[in-house]
Amino acid sequence: MKNNLNSPLPISVTCPACGMLCDDLSLNDITPVSIKNGCAKSIAFFEQSFKSSNESACTPSLSGKPTDLNTAIKAAAEILAKSQAPLFAGLGTEVQGMRAIMRLAEKSNATLDHMHSESTVRNTLTMQNGGWLTTTLSEIKNRADVILAIGTDIGSSHPRFFEKLVWDSANLFNKPSSEVIYLGVSEENAKSGTSPNGKPASIIGNDPSKVPEIINALNALLINKKINTETIGSISVVTLQALVEKLKTARYAVIVWSASSFKFSHAELTIQSIVQLINQLNETTRAAGLPLNSGDGDSSVNNTSAWLSGYPTRNRFVNGKPEYDNYHFSTQKQLQNSDALLWISTFNPLSPPQTTLPSIVIGHPDTKLDSTPDVFIPVGIPGVDHAGTMFRMDSSITLPLKKLRNNELPNLSEVINRIEAELA
Amino acid sequence: MITLLKNGKIYDPAHNKDGVVEDIYIYQGRIVPKPLDQAKVTQTYDLTGKVVMAGAIDMHSHIGGGKVNIARMMLPEYQQKQMQEIKNLSEPEAHICTPYCSHHATPTATDTGFRYIEMGYTAAFEPAISPINARQAHLEMGDTPMIDKGGYAMLGNDDYFLRMLAAKKDQKAINDYVAWILHATQAIGIKVVNPGGISAFKFNQRRLNLDENHQHYQVSPREVLQSLSRAVHELGIAKPLHVHCNNLGAAGNFETTLNTMGASNGLPMHLTHIQFHSYGTEGDKKFSSAAAQIAEALNKNKNITADVGQILFNQTVTASGDSMMQHLNAKHANPKKSVIMDIECDAGCGVLPFKYRDQNYVNALQWAIGLEIFLSVEDPWRIFLTTDHPNGAPFTSYPHLIRLLMDKTFRNEAFAKLNLDAQSMSNLTSLNREYSLYEIAIMTRAGASKLIGLNDRGHLGVGANADITVYTDQENREAMFAKPDYVFKNGELVVKNGTIVKVVWGATHTAKPAFDIGVEKDLKDYFDRYQTIGLDNFKISDAEIFDDGRGSVVVNKN
Repeated sequence: MKNNLNSPLPISVTCPACGMLCDDLSLNDITPVSIKNGCAKSIAFFEQSFKSSNESACTPSLSGKPTDLNTAIKAAAEILAKSQAPLFAGLGTEVQGMRAIMRLAEKSNATLDHMHSESTVRNTLTMQNGGWLTTTLSEIKNRADVILAIGTDIGSSHPRFFEKLVWDSANLFNKPSSEVIYLGVSEENAKSGTSPNGKPASIIGNDPSKVPEIINALNALLINKKINTETIGSISVVTLQALVEKLKTARYAVIVWSASSFKFSHAELTIQSIVQLINQLNETTRAAGLPLNSGDGDSSVNNTSAWLSGYPTRNRFVNGKPEYDNYHFSTQKQLQNSDALLWISTFNPLSPPQTTLPSIVIGHPDTKLDSTPDVFIPVGIPGVDHAGTMFRMDSSITLPLKKLRNNELPNLSEVINRIEAELA
Repeated sequence: MITLLKNGKIYDPAHNKDGVVEDIYIYQGRIVPKPLDQAKVTQTYDLTGKVVMAGAIDMHSHIGGGKVNIARMMLPEYQQKQMQEIKNLSEPEAHICTPYCSHHATPTATDTGFRYIEMGYTAAFEPAISPINARQAHLEMGDTPMIDKGGYAMLGNDDYFLRMLAAKKDQKAINDYVAWILHATQAIGIKVVNPGGISAFKFNQRRLNLDENHQHYQVSPREVLQSLSRAVHELGIAKPLHVHCNNLGAAGNFETTLNTMGASNGLPMHLTHIQFHSYGTEGDKKFSSAAAQIAEALNKNKNITADVGQILFNQTVTASGDSMMQHLNAKHANPKKSVIMDIECDAGCGVLPFKYRDQNYVNALQWAIGLEIFLSVEDPWRIFLTTDHPNGAPFTSYPHLIRLLMDKTFRNEAFAKLNLDAQSMSNLTSLNREYSLYEIAIMTRAGASKLIGLNDRGHLGVGANADITVYTDQENREAMFAKPDYVFKNGELVVKNGTIVKVVWGATHTAKPAFDIGVEKDLKDYFDRYQTIGLDNFKISDAEIFDDGRGSVVVNKN
């Protein structure tokens, strides 16, 4: 597959590789990939996108045998036509792709689940249970004086967070540089919080599994409850009390968490405790939360699903009516109940879960398939092969993605629309 | 090729037509004069005895954007519960269900378009687009079928504007920025929500009165209002500044509302969901109706328009840009949850579910206050029929609200069921007014179109877009307005007997006044230094709204 660029280099690009959705990148070269304002994730994403695959990467296949696009689309439609309750999983796409998927799901009584929903659902459950108080990236850049990152170093999932929002001294309100505190993050993972002049972030507790009890203790201390022990989760109560004081005296503390980094069960209860802490802080000062997303278009998919069906994922259509159940409609459970699988992953070449169901895979041209699906249709990468629209992790911002390269790969939405037309 | 609507009773206030029997001819989506050659009439609808109005226009309805989508996501139980409760909706305050009634306070984009057109509404305007979130609002409106749409961009809590005001930049610079925002966000008007207050909340101020300074910028809401209303006026766009006053929902806030009218300095100003801003502090419960004072002021100040934001009893969700007041009111949420956001040094939002109950003193009085305002404001061209959807009630309850306005007996029967203490604090039964069909047509068509500045909607004159609704004249006005016989969109029959027969896609209405593009120089630097996206990505192109031909942009000239 040749890299036939759409316009001369350098090209300014918006990067879909993580939830930061940075739009200040400039693609200077593609052999090898060189990017101004790039980061580890953006370079990996564009290298993956531009690495020269052989021509067959653009060719659809039926049970591993090359075929043409029309035949593949007809075969996919046949599988869905026979299915009573297909599962649409993966859903690694942006807004335009998801709009098409929603129409097809409605027509085929499909269940919808995103590949990262195991994490996302923890945040959704929290928001649906009691709500929350959150903030967005430009508020953090200009306003945050304390950043408390819980169970996540932020930098490994969102590499430019500190560069763009913390170390960049330009801010609107003459605030001091934010103090970064890690809670429940091991020392070797805490490097990204080290400031350019070498000042490391403070670390309180390096054991992520202790986060639930520590948050509960912070909540107790914040409302002046006495704790009758000297340590909680191996942290001295004195240290926790000092953290509470810091949060109380901060003008705009931002508490960051990543649902995917919480490896303990019922993490939504801990996220609720974090929200409770933020709400209580707001009785006297200002504070706000920032849930980090997991990627592969999760924010875009949930937002689009909500305005088109009334629900975020995990949802399904039954005779045109949307239903929502973020427990039963998980990929894991539905692989047992569904009678066909449509797996979608357009940003990354991710393989579907193992299954014996009739399966259709629509995805990244370099998808390495662990087993051979009935139908495989390679499609363009959003933000590389075609334009698109993407939500940032804080959902307040949506940005256009650009088409950078010309080739024969169809868009996901084209393919989905054609499958839908076959079903009509 | 020409469609004839024959012998209908025409209610077209823009042309002073109050029930005259006339024919309407439609050609290529527009109303045309009677053709010389009758043979060209290929289709005729006999509308003898039917009521004919232009398609209705909702000038204030939260139909798209971040906070509406948050409301959808945070209340999954709500949709299921509502489905079960439909069968119990026999109280007079419940609306008549159409066969497809979703009962969702925050329907999907698709359902929003369908529910509106089934009631004969052919346009709705999202009144609270935060500029930084405008792309999402347009994406959602772009997926809303059947109706035309548009929105008002929120300013007055954005750092860029407050900074200009604090630096005493000249009015021309402010005007250029406001015009630039209209272009960049593809909006048709400018809204200000709790002037200065949303920003002040981020600095830990919890209330902001009209003449109280924002602690950081040292400017007052009054200055914000005056600067923005002057900008809107001098730019020459039709839609006056859309004002959500300070102190939403607080007892005693009517004084802020009266003072806000005073701050207009005679320039046009629209006060939105004024019911929520008409509360006194009298009585044992220190919460009373100030509808009389507000209506009197509206009657006197001809430069002021208002929409009511009527509440109707049931579960709903309130989605507002007013993070300051929503945070304060979060303790009243039912079910008890709230989503509050600070957004991009630009805006904020607060989403709280509410259950308005007729036996609750405050809710019952809110219901009465809204109706008192409707009935006491004399000029129907300056008062608009809204529920601030979904904040007071979902827009699907408009037919019920229209019956409350047109049918005194029905209204008084509903009133008699309210909380008794609330009844004793309201003069509603002494108000004998019943709105006429002509006045309803003003509030929901001609007046709304004139206010927003739509060139060819909201009337039935030659040249108008053929958005037309036909009703059977029924004594039960709720039944009548819930289910039109026919709705035509751009001249095409899209609804027959309350049921959609064809899916079509409406236009997005904008206003694009001239301005000095030099304003972008400083803005670009500002975005590069302080914002987390680039200036070019902030701007929404026409092509994004065209969406491969399904959408279109109408630039209304004034």
